[in-house]
Amino acid sequence: MSEAIRIFVPIDAAALSVGADAVAQAIAREAQARSVAVEIVRNGSRGLLWLEPMVEVETLEGRIAYGPVAARDAAALFEAGFHKGDVHALRLGPVDELDWLKRQQRLTFERVGVTDPLSLADYRAHDGLKGLERALSLTGAEIVEEVRESGLRGRGGAGFPTGIKWKTVHDASATQKYIVCNADEGDSGTFADRMLMEGDPFLLIEGMTIAAIAVGATRGYIYLRSEYPHAHKALQRAILKARNAGLLGASVLGSGKAFELEVRLGAGAYICGEETSLLESLEGKRAIVRAKPPIPALQGLFGKPTIVNNVLSFAAVPWILTHGAKAYADYGMGRSRGTLPVQLGGNVKRGGLIELAFGISLREIIEDMGGGTLSGRPIRAVQVGGPLGAYLTAQQLDTPMDYEALAGIKAMLGHGGIVVFDDSVDMAKQARFAFEFCAKESCGKCTPCRIGATRGVELVDKIIAGHERPKNLAVLRDLNKLMTDASLCAMGGLTPMPVMSALNHFFEDFDRPPAERLPLAAE
Amino acid sequence: MVHYPAWDQDEARSIVSGLSHLEGATLPILHALQEEFGYVDPQVVPLIAEVLNLSRADVHGTISFYHDFRTAPPPRRIVKLCRAEACQALGCDTVVEELAREHGIVVDDHGSQEAVVETVYCLGNCALGPSALIEGELIGRANADRIAALCGARQ
Ligand SMILES: Cc1cc2nc3c(=O)[nH]c(=O)nc-3n(C[C@H](O)[C@H](O)[C@H](O)COP(=O)(O)O)c2cc1C
Ligand code: SF4
Ligand code: FES
Repeated sequence: MSEAIRIFVPIDAAALSVGADAVAQAIAREAQARSVAVEIVRNGSRGLLWLEPMVEVETLEGRIAYGPVAARDAAALFEAGFHKGDVHALRLGPVDELDWLKRQQRLTFERVGVTDPLSLADYRAHDGLKGLERALSLTGAEIVEEVRESGLRGRGGAGFPTGIKWKTVHDASATQKYIVCNADEGDSGTFADRMLMEGDPFLLIEGMTIAAIAVGATRGYIYLRSEYPHAHKALQRAILKARNAGLLGASVLGSGKAFELEVRLGAGAYICGEETSLLESLEGKRAIVRAKPPIPALQGLFGKPTIVNNVLSFAAVPWILTHGAKAYADYGMGRSRGTLPVQLGGNVKRGGLIELAFGISLREIIEDMGGGTLSGRPIRAVQVGGPLGAYLTAQQLDTPMDYEALAGIKAMLGHGGIVVFDDSVDMAKQARFAFEFCAKESCGKCTPCRIGATRGVELVDKIIAGHERPKNLAVLRDLNKLMTDASLCAMGGLTPMPVMSALNHFFEDFDRPPAERLPLAAE
Repeated sequence: MVHYPAWDQDEARSIVSGLSHLEGATLPILHALQEEFGYVDPQVVPLIAEVLNLSRADVHGTISFYHDFRTAPPPRRIVKLCRAEACQALGCDTVVEELAREHGIVVDDHGSQEAVVETVYCLGNCALGPSALIEGELIGRANADRIAALCGARQ
């Protein structure tokens, strides 16, 4: 029998959400019925989410993509000879030639969608573990210096320099140190952490292990949100395989250095993404935010020096160690070095994951790559950086993706999520939602956030209802200032950002005649 | 549809002691109990407190802090519907309205023993919303009819 044809059907949750499992089954069935020998590989997603399930067939000319494929297409695809890469209406061409992919600079996501996420052999064959191998030949201080020189800033939102955080933990002396991965990814519009954990889990394991070797930590935890059951499964399996292969455990790759890694599930609380709240949760408590100082780098999990980094921060490190700090720093602009995995979602025609050097404009992403709104109506507002991020107008989209440039227009980059809204959006309603979300998800420790958010909802309701509008608008601005200045953490401190941007850029939505009450008879 | 066994305090005890060696064992224990029985019965609180050397108030406080933990048996079917911003931009509010108007399903109404549609904020499927999660299965481009069908409701 000739070699089996390799066919790739993503196992990424987004692909599954639009039927990838059924497609894999249908392809297997059709292949068997036609006696075509196929090997179905469940890869990660390439991030062209509007084309999921996107199936790839390995041919002599490289991998050919077809999408979006439905289970009912399988017969016709085989009919047309898709297993040989032949023409069919769904044929998109060679994957490597797809415009959407060609425009990207994929460093962190270089393997996602390419490899079998749970094959360590495949991982190695695609340069996996080179970063860790190099790290094992360096001193801890040298690893830390390499990360510092790369200019890598935390990808979780705050953008704190990763090398400096690592140095603090490296320099601290303690009997036990911890590595904690923040995989809470609670922001609306973000899914890069999830795609990476499902599409290349060994990369996260490798990045965390390098961190452990660098600072002398022997235990690590991935704190994963419970809303990600598929990522949970992928991580569990990958950790087991890594342990069996001696990549984790008492002697990492035979180095004599120990590192044990475990996944822990959150329990549906947005605030657990805040690092101190996350640590409380890992300790088994109510996730109430801790006051800083002390910083977690000195007194973190169980009071011990702890590195807390986002998934993408850890996942950037193996590339940096493999290719050198300078190669990484050569990407980007200003103080934003390297690449940013941008997540494009909401009302957009071509949504998905785009990894690019910092500096590309929002407009290029949303209009060129995203193709504008899915509804075909004009773009009215774009929220960048999650539920605590600002709403921007269509006129502001020439702003580059860069920490400082966005801060310059009173917005923030956050975790790199972009959510597009068309002109049917009611921005007063969005402002109300920002408060409502804060009230629901507040940890409750401080008054401005706990009480302020609830008052905020009431105020917006009064304004919408046209009740003493000028007076209530003034109170609203006052409340926002108070929450910004007096909240303990960014939950309460940044909720005013979506609210004020909505108010300032879209004032007309707060100034409409109140909706007519229904006549009594209709109630 | 998931069927859970009735609460069994002996079984609960063995779950608690089986996991008590973990660092910060509370959440893993609560998750394991909820996975087994569908909820965390309040009668397990003193047990966890004793095994982990915590106060009952601490354990109760932890259970009540998190949205995931239930203290009463769950409905037969739970559909989690995302109502965060990206799904709002794709019309999840319309889905909520249609569920009520066309199918008599009120989101976040826990009155029913059969099926409940619960609000969650972001399922990481923001480019293919509106999104829902049912028994570990993620659903993209969801609409009211689809959700209602998942609830097993008559159309
Ligand atoms: C309310 C709130 C929610 C947050 N959510 C997340 C999150 O989901 N994931 C994340 O990595 N960081 C989140 N952060 C930022 C973390 O507190 C912390 O800065 C980050 O995990 C540090 O890692 P990094 O330096 O690699 O970004 C959140 C912060 C706040 C205030
Ligand atoms: S701002 Fe809100 S979430 Fe942050 S500590 Fe205060 S109450 Fe808790
Ligand atoms: S906002 Fe609904 S899945 Fe992210």
